[in-house]
Amino acid sequence: MKKFYCSLSLLICLSTTILYAQAKKPVAKKPAAGGLSASVAAGKKVYTLYCLTCHQADGGGVPNMNPPLINTTYVLGDKNKIIQIVLKGFNENVEINGDTYTNVMPAQVSLTDQEVADVLTYVRNSFTNKASAISAAEVKKVRATLK
Amino acid sequence: MKKKQLLTSFLPMIVTAVILLVAPKIRSDFYKAMDSSQDNTGLKLPSGFSANIIAETGALPRHIAVAPNGLIYLKSNITKRKPGNAILVYKMGADGKAVRVSGFGNYIGTGIYIKSGYLYASSNTEVFRYKLNAAYEVIDTAKAEKIITSLKMGPQHETKSLVLDNSGNIYVNIGAYSNSCQVKDREKGSLGQPGCPILDSAGGIWMFKADKLNQTYKDGVRYTTGLRNVVGLDWNTELNQLFVMQHGRDQLHDIFPDMYTTKESALLPAECMYALKKGDNAGWPYIYYDEFQHKKILAPEYGGDKKKEGDKSIIDPVVAFPGHLAPNGLLFYTGNQFPERYKNGAFIAFHGSWNRAPEPQAGTFVVFQPFKNGKPFGEWEIFADNFSGSPEKTASGRPDHKPCGLAQGADGSLYVTDDLKGTIYRISYKK
Repeated sequence: MKKFYCSLSLLICLSTTILYAQAKKPVAKKPAAGGLSASVAAGKKVYTLYCLTCHQADGGGVPNMNPPLINTTYVLGDKNKIIQIVLKGFNENVEINGDTYTNVMPAQVSLTDQEVADVLTYVRNSFTNKASAISAAEVKKVRATLK
Repeated sequence: MKKKQLLTSFLPMIVTAVILLVAPKIRSDFYKAMDSSQDNTGLKLPSGFSANIIAETGALPRHIAVAPNGLIYLKSNITKRKPGNAILVYKMGADGKAVRVSGFGNYIGTGIYIKSGYLYASSNTEVFRYKLNAAYEVIDTAKAEKIITSLKMGPQHETKSLVLDNSGNIYVNIGAYSNSCQVKDREKGSLGQPGCPILDSAGGIWMFKADKLNQTYKDGVRYTTGLRNVVGLDWNTELNQLFVMQHGRDQLHDIFPDMYTTKESALLPAECMYALKKGDNAGWPYIYYDEFQHKKILAPEYGGDKKKEGDKSIIDPVVAFPGHLAPNGLLFYTGNQFPERYKNGAFIAFHGSWNRAPEPQAGTFVVFQPFKNGKPFGEWEIFADNFSGSPEKTASGRPDHKPCGLAQGADGSLYVTDDLKGTIYRISYKK
């Protein structure tokens, strides 16, 4: 029993630390003035303007055409890869959960580093997604490699 | 006399009551028959019509062909999530349900049509045909004759819808692998490529011989050009003419946000029905049809300003439907089951919009456009609605079902496929 409580408190302690760290992370990286929630809010505006037509308000995409942004490695995986997709566009067939999506995604070159960071942070933390924030510095770094 | 009349008028009821009460076996059969003719779909139809789900295929059926003896051929899409056969064969049972009898082929695609003893079907780059026996069954499913090959397929508008005329020709849609022929497809502000090079081998309808093997572009004729993408098409036997439904261009606002509001972009351009003659040009990518101004407006990619009109030689649509509804099936009704006003009129299956976002989505219904003497007669009307399940599901772009293909049964029933859940509907009329 004692052991149980011990591991339980350890678990609580650990998860609190993780939660704290997760909440703290974006603040530490300063993706936007008000942390994760501010970046998400700013990102939602960018999403509505530049992404929503194809990927839809719920991030579910359009069957056979525009891929969903929900629970896929494209969105939740390698940050550099997704930053690159936004900056360079995407012109390959994508297979997600057994379905293929073929529409072209145009490059979003006119977006600033901060806008790209915000919209990706929004996408990575919406539609049931949960992933770390992306900072303007990270976008800047990827953009430099594309030039 | 009066008493006798009364008795006569009640007689059918009395007989029915006796049957129902006395014979439970007959009664259960009776109810089964009743159920199969009653609406179990949730669809909204004009009075006198009823719909039936005849099959839940579990596949992704696109277009459909129904043989004169009732045998049903479905051209199904194939994905990793939904593996299976390209062509599915269903046979109607006595209970009003269709049963799968076979399946063959391994190519994705949309087109399927029965003509002169052959079943025609397309992949996204080729057209095949299979010889049928007297019972409209494919004699040898392993023996697909390749009629047309090496057609262009882009990263969008890949499907090759097809239809045949009565003179041994086959018409194939080759969709433009682009939205509006911009230098950078779908990119904000990018202008149109001068002399859109896509049109040499796509963005139109090509005509080939129905019985010649291994035809390529050089064997075919570019029958009409300037059609961005056609999924629904039919041969109008009354006029002996090809009719098509074009999927109009997307994203006027996304590409030219200073010129078009999101609302204008949701409504424009119209989804057009064209009656085609050889050599016609429907105008893509240089124009789009504005159903409010009733004009062919020069595309902003080619110097348009929402008002300037395009080349006068470009043909007008026969009917202009609301923007982005995605017409995927077209059928001219030639049956005798439906009331007289439906004869020679057009049914159109609208798959439902996505490009209206952030405005509410629309469509996912089957529309009827009345025709008289070969011309549209009066306004189009929604014929079958609520495939989506609710107005909210339509508006959100997350419908339960998406209508795609249409076919007419020998008895005059209308068949509708759904390529989202794989449901097959049959709509009938009873006075």
